[in-house]
Amino acid sequence: MPEQTMPERIVIAGASLGGLRAAEQLRSAGWEGELVVIGDEAHPPYNRPPLSKEMLARPGTPEEALAALAFRPRRSATGITWKLGSGVAAANLARRTVTTHDGEVLGFSGLVVATGLRPARVPVPGPLAGRHVVRTLEDTLALHTDLVPGARVAVVGSGFIGCEVAATASGLGCRVTLIEGTSGPMERPLGAELSSGVRRMLNDHGVATLAGTRVIRFLGGQRCTGLVLADGRVLEADVVVEAVGSHANTEWLQGNGLDLDNGVECDEHLRVLDSAGTPVAGVVAVGDIARYPDPLAGGPARRVEHWATPTDTAKIAAPTLVAGLRGEEPGPAASPLPSFWTDLFALRIQGVGSPARADAVGILEGDPARPADGVALGYYREERLIGAVTAGLPAQKHLQYRQAVLDAQASGSRVPEPLPAA
Amino acid sequence: MAQISVDLKLCDNHGQCAISAPAVFRMNDDGVLEFEETFDDALLDEVEEAIDVCPLQAIFLKD
Repeated sequence: MPEQTMPERIVIAGASLGGLRAAEQLRSAGWEGELVVIGDEAHPPYNRPPLSKEMLARPGTPEEALAALAFRPRRSATGITWKLGSGVAAANLARRTVTTHDGEVLGFSGLVVATGLRPARVPVPGPLAGRHVVRTLEDTLALHTDLVPGARVAVVGSGFIGCEVAATASGLGCRVTLIEGTSGPMERPLGAELSSGVRRMLNDHGVATLAGTRVIRFLGGQRCTGLVLADGRVLEADVVVEAVGSHANTEWLQGNGLDLDNGVECDEHLRVLDSAGTPVAGVVAVGDIARYPDPLAGGPARRVEHWATPTDTAKIAAPTLVAGLRGEEPGPAASPLPSFWTDLFALRIQGVGSPARADAVGILEGDPARPADGVALGYYREERLIGAVTAGLPAQKHLQYRQAVLDAQASGSRVPEPLPAA
Repeated sequence: MAQISVDLKLCDNHGQCAISAPAVFRMNDDGVLEFEETFDDALLDEVEEAIDVCPLQAIFLKD
């Protein structure tokens, strides 16, 4: 009987927020078969944004940290088998099996790809000891231990995580230098105008920033003692933090004829595509590993590395997968509006849409050079509002500008919609 | 009717809940959360979404 040769099982590869949300949404979508979530970390899914902020500043004991960060699964998410501590090592999509690092082989009828990202490293010579990344709770606990008052801390990379770590370390009394890299602080997600304001804030709080250079070598014998910059400067450091982006964890999918160049290529339903662009039956992707189209802002498919992405994509991918396993076509896919935030010292920055894809930036209110006093920026692509960022403003303002982005997209207008009164 | 509670010591007024379930959560002009503790069961789906998207995971569904 065919139903005996094919297990009624969905395997979710990845047990962080994406794996959890996928499991919850599969139950919501009516999947009553087996659900197995496989993850390499020993912990159940936990919340990562605090790892570079309050949890880095004050983690407490590991048990307290984990208790504070653990997600509470939806009540309806029952009957889930969690296999933690040994991630998926390989998959054979034709035979419909995955193999864990422990050597266990599991058959599946449906597969959710949710293995996420790992931190990139600065690819230059030098000792590894004394150099940190921030991705897991263990990373944060290890870094916290080194962030003693007076320690000289070099943070390499000035995206959200680099800036947040620099701010937190400064707040702990460390002497922090931020090596910006090829763009300014948070410049890629927020634009040059706000980036200058963020840099000034960092400087005002005692964080030294170095622009227009890069690390060419780490110093030290057994343990890293500093770094050498491309302009010849030498920076001595007790602690080095690398926050230079991430790599998608796609290696386990190799050999299946997929396009794995920077994440897993998907269609708007989050169905994983083969290299010919055809959906692979019964395989979807969730979270920041998924590279999917962006009909709202336009441009090529992209990965979205925001906290909201696993939740947003699981809501699309789960009903897609369940429909596919029933031999049905997926329903219409509503493209989620990306959203993100960062906290820097006491400043809340919130964004929606795709500011990084803008070709022009306009001030909606305030002065981007003084973000702490309240500023809102609009981001335009081909004269259409595709994103908005607020800094130092109450959430109600963020909600208003978010609505303006939605209105601009709904109208399809190439002329910006009138914005709500400030 | 269904019931929620919000841990206001955790709540950081991100406002994401007010996007998912505007009938239950709203941000006032000062940017502070206001919410209904009791709501119609028909709103349960969107309240669960609000619980999902809270960055602080500060919203709790009561039994």
